[in-house]
Amino acid sequence: MIVAKRKPLNEIAEMLAPYKKVTVIGCRSCVAICLAGGEKEVKMLVSALKVKNKRDGRKQHIEGTVVERQCEKEWVQEIEAQILDSDVTLSMACSLGAQTIGDMYPKHLTFPGLNTGMFGVPEEQGVWSEKCVGCGNCIIHTTGGICPIARCAKSMLNGPCGGSANRKCEVNLEVDCAWAAIYDRLKLQNRLDLIESVTPAKDWSTSHSGGRRVFEREDAKLTPHQKKGKGVT
Amino acid sequence: MKAGSNLEKVFESGQFAVTAEIGPPQSANPEPLTHHAKMLKGYADAFNLTDNQTAVVRLSSIASAVIIMREGVEPVIQMTCRDRNRIALQSDLLGAAALGVKNVLCLTGDHQTFGNEKGAKNVFDFDSIVELQVFDQLRTQGKQVGGEVLKDPPKTYLGCAENPFATPYEYRASRLAKKVAAGADFCQTQAIFDMDMFEKWMDEVRARGLDKKIHILAGVIPMKSAGAARYMKNKVPGMIVPDHIVDRMKSAKDAKGEGIKLCVEQIEHLKTVKGVHGVHIMAVAWEDIVPRIVEMAGLLPRPKFES
Repeated sequence: MIVAKRKPLNEIAEMLAPYKKVTVIGCRSCVAICLAGGEKEVKMLVSALKVKNKRDGRKQHIEGTVVERQCEKEWVQEIEAQILDSDVTLSMACSLGAQTIGDMYPKHLTFPGLNTGMFGVPEEQGVWSEKCVGCGNCIIHTTGGICPIARCAKSMLNGPCGGSANRKCEVNLEVDCAWAAIYDRLKLQNRLDLIESVTPAKDWSTSHSGGRRVFEREDAKLTPHQKKGKGVT
Repeated sequence: MKAGSNLEKVFESGQFAVTAEIGPPQSANPEPLTHHAKMLKGYADAFNLTDNQTAVVRLSSIASAVIIMREGVEPVIQMTCRDRNRIALQSDLLGAAALGVKNVLCLTGDHQTFGNEKGAKNVFDFDSIVELQVFDQLRTQGKQVGGEVLKDPPKTYLGCAENPFATPYEYRASRLAKKVAAGADFCQTQAIFDMDMFEKWMDEVRARGLDKKIHILAGVIPMKSAGAARYMKNKVPGMIVPDHIVDRMKSAKDAKGEGIKLCVEQIEHLKTVKGVHGVHIMAVAWEDIVPRIVEMAGLLPRPKFES
């Protein structure tokens, strides 16, 4: 899922300071699961902002709401009136939610309440770790199911580097060396032959390096006739 | 001959090679490079110019190479994948060759979080093994990684580094084999303090016949103090410094003298290890000591060849 972290309260308060009427919008998808921008976090932020405003002597009307998935227009549309009635919207979704609102209502101000971090996995209660960077060309069948692009600090294809000590990463001694993990996994699977030969240069054109990515599926698209029937323009 | 560098000639003549390092300055002043080149000339067969080592911004390795070449000293330029994508790496290889640089050491590179530009965006389009493979293809076939064929390919002698002391230890000889397969001609090892562990790695290297395919330069670091030994033991990931070495440095009255003695002993021992074709002396910020160590280790005079 997409893992995000709430911005510090002071940064949010500063962003919102010039505005009288604020709507904070959460999202029930990824950011709710990672405890950053769900219903509970929206409530907590709204009351924290109210307390801060009171202390700072700032008059500001703040209300909170939450949608099912902020990255989908259909869900955002349901609270259109509330969005447009405010001076500014603070999105508590990942940046995709914030940009969806921004694209739908370009004259309206939408600010990010979260820092969107990564594609991550909940390892245990309160711990999330990055395991994919969306390079667009998955190779984990050759690396024991462990992604070196996301999990090695140097995205090595022929790791580990010389800094792998005690099977930890030199960049962060708390983090497992991805290539030591790949070695151990392949050994367990009796497939070490997979990393005996040189993995050649990766084609990064499927990643962000190839430009902004848009995926299209012809079979899923609506025909002009279907669009007309659904009132889609 | 692949490039006809002095280093290549030393290896090909079967003589025990000596390389050392000259760290480029954190300034635009070429003087420290010229100074070290003059001082070290004749004491090693080639000198590594580090490429923004530990991710600290320094005078570039290619520029440094040209500066020391003016003093008649042969460079080995280090080229890391941290700061350049495949366009820049291939371009710099061509540029270095055009300037007369014949030895290139391919490295993945220290992560930028260790240096003085921690906010940098890294590249890592390649790792060192891919870099070797691409450079080898470029020099032998003139073919870029993207497929375009160049008219005048670079003549370059390709080096790599390998660390027998990094985990997983049992994979380290395999990794050297990958570097050989990718096209490396010589290999500098991480600094050796745990001789037993190094010899174990060399056993595996010989068992695979790799010592016949690549020239191994055993890495050594002369230490100035017990503090340096402790620092390397505790703070440098992928370095193993046994307690007896730290203790020896600690109990020495003259730590510098002891560091030199220890380094010379290590070189004497490494000369006897089958498959080791030379030593690489990394006198970090202590370049002045290299002539003395080389002399004490009985490695003078250095071979000379008709050019």
